[in-house]
Amino acid sequence: MDFTEDQIYRYARHIILPEVGGVGQEKILKARVLLIGAGGLGSPIALYLAAAGVGKIGLLDFDVVDRSNLQRQILHTTKDIDRPKIESARDKLTSMNPDVEVVLHNTRLESSNAMELLGGYDIIVDGTDNFPTRYLVNDVCVLLGKTNVHGSIFRFEGQVTVFKTPDGPCYRCLYPEPPPPGMVPSCQEAGVLGVLPGVVGTLQATEVIKLIIGEGEPLIGKLLLYDALKTDFRKLNLRKDPKCPICGEKPTIKELIDYVEFCGMPGS
Amino acid sequence: MSIKVRVPTPLQKVTGGKPEVEAEGANIKEAIENLEKNFPGIKERLYSEEGELRKFINIYVNEEDIRFLDSDKTALKDGDVVSIIPAIAGGLADHEGYLSGF
Repeated sequence: MDFTEDQIYRYARHIILPEVGGVGQEKILKARVLLIGAGGLGSPIALYLAAAGVGKIGLLDFDVVDRSNLQRQILHTTKDIDRPKIESARDKLTSMNPDVEVVLHNTRLESSNAMELLGGYDIIVDGTDNFPTRYLVNDVCVLLGKTNVHGSIFRFEGQVTVFKTPDGPCYRCLYPEPPPPGMVPSCQEAGVLGVLPGVVGTLQATEVIKLIIGEGEPLIGKLLLYDALKTDFRKLNLRKDPKCPICGEKPTIKELIDYVEFCGMPGS
Repeated sequence: MSIKVRVPTPLQKVTGGKPEVEAEGANIKEAIENLEKNFPGIKERLYSEEGELRKFINIYVNEEDIRFLDSDKTALKDGDVVSIIPAIAGGLADHEGYLSGF
């Protein structure tokens, strides 16, 4: 692949890094990354991946921009209120970097469409906000052998990890079951510090770039915990569970299931 | 012997808002029993009615998940840090009440 003069100049600060170089930048330009969720986590992830020149960025979301999103979802502006999030996102990303092909998936991720949707990408970035989708994304990634860059947030706390089977653990190894429905009151907003998804999403974007260029130590088998109030980062070890129902020694889940039923709650 | 226990946000209702508390005990089970005396309600949030540790909450001793050690019989020594790490889904956190609200 030959870089254009514009590209050499645009990506100069990457190309001069020995760990990236022309070879790494070419990998970035050829990478295909799907972002599930174009909200709080998806915003910084999409912006940094577009700036880095990730060749194909898929955006999957079916929501429209609400004024209450703007406190943290920096892809969207006041003018975008009521627009589909992925259309608002596409405008920002293509104006930031014309090298990037932005593919829009204006749909809810379900067992019926997930294999085909995720199949077209190399790396999946999970920035969703509900358990059914988390388990669905996990299972598809395990079945298709895709790397899943996982981030989640709660008030002032964040969790980041990379699920990469067969060698590393998956989400089910970490949490075999979601919280039962009796403990899950619906639509009770807990609040979240607006900048928290910025920190967590930027960490996810960093992992994506590391995975693409094959440098450093990705967070495989490690759970990074971030506490914004204490400014505390900690890493815990995640183990691959030999009894994991999907990536263990004797898997019982060989195809996608009904995740809403599994989690006992409606997807959101 | 003193163990430091890190309490996640959804459980802090039980600990009076404290993100970190002290516990005594030779193993995890004893430490949780000890916590229950000071913070009634914490045990039922960590154990199911069948007496098993809940599967959507992990407990770590220092950097290791006790499921891959000796579960709640994992021995503790002075200065160990126990972390309770629940599954969180993110975004609007519409599941907020799953640890604090029942």
